[in-house]
Amino acid sequence: MKLLIKGGRVIDPANKVDAVQDVLVKDGKIAAVGKDLGSEAAEKAKVINAKGKLVVPGLIDMHTHLREPGFEYKEDIASGTRAAACGGYTSVVAMANTKPVIDTASEVTFVRERAATTGIANVFPVGAVTKGQKGEELAEIGDMAAAGAVAVSDDGHPVQNGEVMRCALEYAKMFKVPVISHCEDRPLAGDGVINLGRVSTVLGLRGMPAAAEEAMVARDILLAELTGGHVHLTHISTARSVDLIRWAKGRARENGFTVTCDCTPHHLTLTEDAVEKYLYDTNTKVNPPLRTIADVEALRRGLVDGTIDAIATDHAPHHLDDKDVEYNYAAFGIVGLETAVGLIFSELVAKKLITAALAVEKLTAGPAGVLGLPKGTLQPGADADVTVIDPAAKWTVDSATFASRARNTPFGGWELTGRAVLTVVGGKVVAEDGKPS
Amino acid sequence: MRLASKDVLGLQDMSTTDMQLILDTAESLKEIISRPIKKVPTLRGKTVLTLFYEPSTRTRTSFELAGKYMSADTVNIATTTSSVVKGETLRDTAKTVEVMGMDMVIMRHPISGSCHYLAKILDASVINAGDGMHEHPTQGLLDMFTIRQRKGRLKGLRVAIVGDIYHSRVARSNIWGLTKMGAEVVVAGPSTLIPPYIEELGVKAYTRVEEAIEGADVVNVLRLQLERQQKGLFPSTREYARIFGVNQERLALAKVDYLLMHPGPMNRGVEIASDVADGEHSTITEQVTNGVAIRMAILYLLLGGATDETAD
Amino acid sequence: MATNLVEKAQIMDAEAIRRGMVRIAHEIIERNKGTEGLVLIGIRRRGVPLAQRLAAFIEEIEGRKVPVGVLDITLYRDDLTTRTDQPVVHRTEVPVAIAGKTIILADDVLYTGRTIRAALDALMDLGRPAQIQCAVLIDRGHRELPIRADYVIKNVPTSKREVIECHLTEIDGGDDKVMIMEKSEG
Repeated sequence: MKLLIKGGRVIDPANKVDAVQDVLVKDGKIAAVGKDLGSEAAEKAKVINAKGKLVVPGLIDMHTHLREPGFEYKEDIASGTRAAACGGYTSVVAMANTKPVIDTASEVTFVRERAATTGIANVFPVGAVTKGQKGEELAEIGDMAAAGAVAVSDDGHPVQNGEVMRCALEYAKMFKVPVISHCEDRPLAGDGVINLGRVSTVLGLRGMPAAAEEAMVARDILLAELTGGHVHLTHISTARSVDLIRWAKGRARENGFTVTCDCTPHHLTLTEDAVEKYLYDTNTKVNPPLRTIADVEALRRGLVDGTIDAIATDHAPHHLDDKDVEYNYAAFGIVGLETAVGLIFSELVAKKLITAALAVEKLTAGPAGVLGLPKGTLQPGADADVTVIDPAAKWTVDSATFASRARNTPFGGWELTGRAVLTVVGGKVVAEDGKPS
Repeated sequence: MRLASKDVLGLQDMSTTDMQLILDTAESLKEIISRPIKKVPTLRGKTVLTLFYEPSTRTRTSFELAGKYMSADTVNIATTTSSVVKGETLRDTAKTVEVMGMDMVIMRHPISGSCHYLAKILDASVINAGDGMHEHPTQGLLDMFTIRQRKGRLKGLRVAIVGDIYHSRVARSNIWGLTKMGAEVVVAGPSTLIPPYIEELGVKAYTRVEEAIEGADVVNVLRLQLERQQKGLFPSTREYARIFGVNQERLALAKVDYLLMHPGPMNRGVEIASDVADGEHSTITEQVTNGVAIRMAILYLLLGGATDETAD
Repeated sequence: MATNLVEKAQIMDAEAIRRGMVRIAHEIIERNKGTEGLVLIGIRRRGVPLAQRLAAFIEEIEGRKVPVGVLDITLYRDDLTTRTDQPVVHRTEVPVAIAGKTIILADDVLYTGRTIRAALDALMDLGRPAQIQCAVLIDRGHRELPIRADYVIKNVPTSKREVIECHLTEIDGGDDKVMIMEKSEG
C-alpha cells in the first residue's frame, strides 16, 4: 500500500522543512520526502495531487474529551476519533474525566484497546492526578504511565489543594509525564458562568474573574519551580496568564523545571461579547470563559513569541439536552475538532496574525514536544500520519454535518476559509474533505 | 402604532419610540383602574399565562389584574403547583402551554437570559417579568411612568439608584430606560454590591450614598436581599443601615421636591427608614397602581391587533 | 393599499354647520324639557368639538352650563383583531358620574353604526345612565346595526365608494366644511 502526495507545500516544523515537495508513504510509514519523487515512487501508488495545498504532519490535539467510558450519549471513542479525522487530526489526547475516571492502569488500557478497535485516529490517554479526580490522594501515576498514559490531569475537577499539586508534580516527574493543569481557583470562580466583566454586568450573569485562572497559573508555576517538575497549563485564556508563563519560561531552564501551555481556537477568536451578541446562546458557555479582546490579542502574541507551545481544542462534546436549557443550567464546553483548522486559518493565518508555518507547528511539533510523543513529524521512518490542508477552501460551519455526536459550537453559520481535505493515519486515508472515508 | 418586537425582554434593546408609546398608552389606560366597573372588552378571547419560577406577589398579581381588566383570560403557573417540581425542562413546559393556545407568556425566572431563551422557543409573545439579575422591564417602565407623571418629564432629571446594584434587575432596567430618555442616572451602594464596568452603562457610581443623593430629583431605593450577608457581601444589616440606609438626614441633600421610590417589598429600617417610606415624598403605593397601567398598555400593544389588512 | 380620495362636492360650509348646530341645540332642550340631568359626550376625535359647541349653544339659549365629556372608544372596537395596526389609545375623560343622567352622544358621521355601538358599551362600563341619545353632523345611511340618531344636522345619501370628510376648526384648522370624496384606486 503506497501513497504519493505530490506537489504540495510541505511544512514539517520538527524537521525545519517548508518547501514544495512530494511525500511518499509506504507500509504505514513515511518512506521519503523530497522534490519530484520520480516514477519509481509512483509505481503502484495512489497519487494525490496536493498542488496549492499544505502537506503537514498529522495534527495532534492535546486536549480532547472523548467521553468514553460513561458519557457515550455525548461522544464516544468511535465518534470522537471520526470528528478528529474529519478535522485533520491524526492523534488526540483523551482527558480522564470520564465515568469511571481514568485513574488506574486498567482504565488506561481500556481506552487504548477501545481506540484500537473502534477508533480511526491515534488516542493517547491521560490519567487522573488524584483518585476519582477528588483532589485528595494521588492516583497510581506510575502504573498508568507504564500502561501508556502520556500525562496526568484532573481537568474538569482542578486540584485545589496546593500540597496535593506539589506532591503530584514531584511524583509525576519520576515517570516523565507532565501534570496538565486546568487553572481555576474554584471558590474565586464561584458560580460564575461567563467572564467577570462588562458583559456579565450587562447580562446579569455571574462572572468568573480572570484572577481565578491567573492565581492558579501563578501557583502552579511556583510549585513547578519548587519541585523541578513539568506542569502544562492547559487552555489558558487571559493576558496575565500569558505574562506569568512568559516570566516562568525565562526562569525555567536555569532553574531546572518545565512550564508549557496551550490555548484553544475559541479563546483565540471569540470574546465575551459573543454571549451578548448571540443572546445567551449556551454554546458560548465554556470554562475558562470567553474573555476580552485584550486577552485574545495577548494569546495571539503568546503564540508568535513562543510563550504558548500548542493550540489544543478542549473539544468538549455535550448532548443537546445538556445545552438546550437556561444559561446557568447549561454544561460548559465547545466542540472543537472539526472547526479548529478552519478557525485558525481564517481568523489567524489569512489575517496575517500568524504564519501558516507557525500554525502548523502549534498543531504538530508543539504538542508532540510537550508530551514527548513520537508524532508530529514527517521524518522518513516515522508513522505515516499526514494531513493535507487546503488553505483556500471556503466552507460554512454546519454542526448538523459534524462527525462528532455533539453539536455544541458557537461557530454555526461562520464562513471559514481553510480546511483539512485529507487525513492519513498510519498510511491509511481516514477522512477526505471533512468526511470520514 | 405597534411595538417593534413580539416580546418585551428588556429595555436595553427597546427603542425610545416604543418606550414612549408604552408610557403614553398607560397614561390613557390608567383611568380604567379607578372606574367602578374595571373592565374593558379589548382582549376578549386572548389567553395570557403567568409562569413564575420565583415567588412574587405584586408583579404576578399586577399582570393578572391587567389582563383581567382588559378581559383576557389569565392562567397562572407557579413552580410549587406545576410539573416544574418534577424536573420538567423549561422547553417542555413552554411547548405544553403553547399547544394549549396561550397568546402570551409572562415569565419570571431566577436565571438571567431565560426569557430570551423562551422567546426563541415560542411563537407566542413573551414578557419578561424579571430574569435573574438581568432585567425587569415592566418595573423599569412603571418607575419611569411614575416619575413622568409627577415631574412632567424624564429628560434632564437626576435619578439616584441606591442599594444592591449588583444583583438588581430593577437597577439595570431603570438605567437603560432612564438614560435613553435623557435622565442622568447615578448609582450608589457598598462596593461589593456594585458590579464591575457599571459606568459603561452610562451612569456614575458612588460608594457614598450622600454623593448620589445630592441634588437628586428622584431617589430609587432597591431592596436588599438579606441572604447576601451570608455570602460575605456585607457584614450586617446594622452596619448596612448605618452607612447605606436611606433616611431623612440623607434625603435632605436631595432637591426639595424629590421623589422617593422603592420597588418593594421593603426591609424597613434596613435600606429605607420607615418615616420616609411613608412620608410625603414617597411614591411607593402609587408605583403599584402605575404597574397595573403599564402592564395593561403592554398587553394592549402586543395582543390588541392582528395581522390581516382591513384597516378603515 | 394606495387609495386616493378625490373631492366630489362640498355639501356644507361653516354657516350651514353653525345653523344646524343651533337647530339641534333647540331640539335637545325641547325634547328633554330643559337641561336638567343632561351630559354631552363627544366621541374622539370630531365628536369632541361638536359636543363642546352644542354645550355652548345650549348655555347661550338656556343660560345653564351642561357638563361635557370625552369618550375614547378604541378599547371597545369590534375590528381590533382584524386591523394591521393598533390605533393609539387616548384617555376617556368624563367629568361627572353618568348614572341616572341623560347622555347626548355626539359624533361627526353616522355610517355603519359600529362606532356608536362601541360608544354605548364604553358608556355602560362607566355607569348606568337613564337615557342615551345620539346627535350627529351627518347621517350617510348604510347601517349595519339597529342604531339610529336622535338629532341629525344633515342626511346625505351616499354610495359605499364615497367618503364623507368633515373639517372642524378645532381639529383640522381652517374653516368648517363637509365634503363628499370618492375613492379612486391608483
